[in-house]
Parts: sequence; structure tokens; C-alpha cells
Amino acid sequence: MIRRLLIVNRGEIALRVVRAARELGMCSIVAHSEADADSLAVQRADETVCIGPPQATKSYLNIETILQAAKDVAADAVHPGYGFLSESAEFARAVKAAGMMFVGPEAAIIERMGDKAMARQTAIEAEVPVVPGSPRAVNDLDEALNVAESVGFPRLIKAAAGGGGRGIRVAENAAALCEQLPMAQTEARTAFGDDRVYLERFIEHARHIEVQILGDGERAIHLFERECSLQRRRQKVFEECPSPALDDTTRESLCRSAVALAEHVGYFGAGTLEYLYDDITGEFFFIEMNTRIQVEHPITEAVTGVDLVREMLRLARGERLRFAQQDIQRRGWAVEMRINAEDPERGFFPSPGQVQRLVWPSGPGIRIDSGLYEGYRMPPFYDSLVAKLIVWDECRESALIRAGRALDEFILDGFATTAALHRRLVDDAEVRRGVVDTGFLERWLEAKPTPTPSDKEVVS
Amino acid sequence: MSQQDIQAPFPGVFYRRPSPDKPPFVEEGQQVEAGTIIGLIEVMKQFFELRADAAGIITAFQVEDETVVEAGQGITVLEVV
Repeated sequence: MIRRLLIVNRGEIALRVVRAARELGMCSIVAHSEADADSLAVQRADETVCIGPPQATKSYLNIETILQAAKDVAADAVHPGYGFLSESAEFARAVKAAGMMFVGPEAAIIERMGDKAMARQTAIEAEVPVVPGSPRAVNDLDEALNVAESVGFPRLIKAAAGGGGRGIRVAENAAALCEQLPMAQTEARTAFGDDRVYLERFIEHARHIEVQILGDGERAIHLFERECSLQRRRQKVFEECPSPALDDTTRESLCRSAVALAEHVGYFGAGTLEYLYDDITGEFFFIEMNTRIQVEHPITEAVTGVDLVREMLRLARGERLRFAQQDIQRRGWAVEMRINAEDPERGFFPSPGQVQRLVWPSGPGIRIDSGLYEGYRMPPFYDSLVAKLIVWDECRESALIRAGRALDEFILDGFATTAALHRRLVDDAEVRRGVVDTGFLERWLEAKPTPTPSDKEVVS
Repeated sequence: MSQQDIQAPFPGVFYRRPSPDKPPFVEEGQQVEAGTIIGLIEVMKQFFELRADAAGIITAFQVEDETVVEAGQGITVLEVV
């Protein structure tokens, strides 16, 4: 049983968990930093507890302080939300050691699926396709050329010690590989002090498609996929459910592979398996797993009718998975637009400020997940997501039209947001046709810079 | 000689070091050129460099490393030479 749930997060997701907890009759307790004492989640919670100064390292990431707060309020479970400590095995372990439920999988599963190399190995064991690549670091050119045919060309040469897009080169063919490999090794040695490089298939037109799953430790089900190809600097901007790229056969095998992997590790709770989908060949490849609730979960809720956060809490309090796979049906189409406090007209510069006037869109098919209210002063310490506008309709075309209508109703005075960017995106001919890949948005922003009204110049 | 206040252009957290295990960008009393990085300001998980507008000497920091600053708050004083 869970009676007193400590929510260790902020913003819209803290509020989201408060709502689910209250609906299940749990006492919701929001742990907040000094900068979030006036947040909407704090106002809506049954109880609150302050866990320290504004800086996340001193509050939302401070395991010791959080555990003390949990003890002080006599919590019996902890929901980590997303970000912060949600994928910290150390935190999950510490919560359990302190005698509380951690709303998420066991620390060992977080560790196993959070490590890219281990997750890849686990996927191979579960017969889930991964991006074809060299099984280990290649030492020399002969070995690089002899790497299995299945990898094909073009290939990525990736520094073993690299990350976040650094230390990557592309070789179009064998000749280019001969030329690039020694340079990549030298580069890796100078940049990371480690000259080991791996080879991997380079997917030129990749979509980011992910599968939502729920598991109770024995059995797992999928709740179909989301497509999150519209990204800027590897951050998702706009998501939709389902993906416009998949036919029913591919969707079925993709979602089944996710269930196979989840059941292989005995997954518990809500999780998401991320895949790259090759738009040219129609193949999909597992890349990583997120062992927590995700920002874009509401589009899955809109299309399946399942409340994912409430299900997480039910599982955590000891209930078995309440659904069989055939109980999960898709209905219609949903899109999510992330409204960030960033100014698209000034290179997405952060724009914290105070909400002077706020009018949310409403009417059929509209859902807003946000911690904003009139008079709220946004702290500058955390990420810039301030609202999620989720729009459902019977098909993709009408969902995009409805999204445009919703954005037209939305008014926020006080600081710049990315809402205007979304307004232009939902009308874009290529977005309407769904022909996007993970590079689409950056190319689009480059080619179609925001029209800058002359009166904006005084701002900078 | 004139004194210039180097101010925070927006609210955030001010850092004197590129990372916690590195030495500060500049010390008090240090001579700087126009464009020298004085520190970083973090706002909504993005980091921005704070630079000196002119050559001179950094006389004193008005805020500590890793402190919360408001827009327009004085960070340090530059004595322009």
C-alpha cells in the first residue's frame, strides 16, 4: 500500500503526479526547492516539504536531504518524475534501503538499461534489432574493413570515449574509411585520451520512434509508439502518437520487440524503448531505454485512454498489471507541443520572466499540462519547459488543424515562448505530410528563419 | 582611469570557474583584455559567458562563486586603464 507519496520533482510533472496520487486516495507530498515554494504543484499538493536552495545539486539532486525530508514527512513511497534523480540507480537503492517504495524499476534494472553498452547487449540477447556495428573496438584498418557486411556503408566511426555527438565521423565507402579511420583514432586520442573507435551503420534518414511499455515484473504490455523526430539540439520539440511512418505490420513487430525486451529483463513500472527507424529501408533498431515516465507520455494517454502515471502508482503499491495486450486499443491521433520559455527569434535564448496574462486554449480534444498561472515568476534555475499542449483528434490531419486552432487561442504575456514556432510548424506542408526525420527541424529553422518584426530590435 | 560595473545581463547562477575542479577564469587584481571571460551565468540549464567590455584590472568581485544573481546586479568592478 502507498498512503503517503513524496514527489521529488517540480513543474508540470510534479503537478501531474499530484493529480494521479489524489485520484488514487494517496496523500501527495511535494518536495520542493526554495525557488519553487510558490509553484502550482506545491499549491495543489496535500502537503509540502522544502529540500533546500534553488540550485538542483543542493535540492532536487541531493539524495541525503531528500531522504531526510521523506523521513520527516513519514512518506512510504517516492515518485521521481523525469530528469533529476529519476534514472539514478543510487537513488532507487537508497529509497528502498530507507524502507520506502521507489516508483520505478529496481536499481539493478536502471543500471542495466541505463548503460548504453549493456542495454545494447541485453537487446541482442532478447533478439531485438540494434544498429548494426562492430561488436567491439576496431584496432586497425584491416579489421575495420573486415567488419561484417551487415554494417554496410555509410558507416559512422565513433570514439569509444565520446558522447553527446562528439568524436563521430562518417565514411561513405571503403576508400573513405581508409582515409578517415587513422584521423578518427588520432582525434579520439587527443580529445579523449583513448583511441578506441567503433564502427556503426550510419542511418541518413532516421526517425526517432519509441515504444511505451508497462510491466509488473513478470508480464509486460506495450501502449504503441510515439514519434519524436522533430528535435532541436537533440531535444524533442514536438511529438505525435502514433507514428505516421509505420504500417500495421511494422508497428506490430516494433511493439512486440519492445515487449520482448521488457519481459526479458522482468521490467517493472512504466518505461520507454527508443528506436531509430530507417526511413529508406523500413528497418528499426533499438538504441536505448528510459526507465521512467517521459515528458511526452500524455499523447499515449490520449490515444489509448490509459492513465500511465496512475498505472505506475498502482503497480508500485503492489497491484498486478490490469491489462492484457488486447485491452490496449488505439483511437485517433494526438500531438504534443512543448512550450518552452525560449525566444525562437533570438536563437532560442532562455526567457525567464513573470506571467502577466495567461489564456489557455480549451474546447474539444485539448489538454494542458503546465505549472503556469497569472502572476507566476518563473525561476531561472531549471529547464525551460513551461507547458505541454496536447491535442487529440480523430485523425492526423484534423489533429494538426485543431492544434493550430488551439495555438491561436493561447495567450501568454510576460516572456517569449516557442508557441509561435509550433504555430508555423503545424501549417508546414512537409509536417502536414509527415515526411520528417531527426534532422528536419534544424534544416527547417535554417531555411525558414523566423520573420523578425522591426520593433523587436529594441529588445536586444 | 574609470570604473566600470560588469553586470549580470539576465538572472541566473553566476560561476567564477569553468567547472568545479578548475581554477577561476580571473582573480581579483588581474589584468584583463576586452573580451576576456570573467565568468559564466547559467540560466535555464544553458551557460553564457560573461566578458569584459574593455581592457583593465578586475578590482573586486561583488558576488561569490555559484551565487544566484538578478538581472542588472553588479558582478565585478573593472578599472579601465
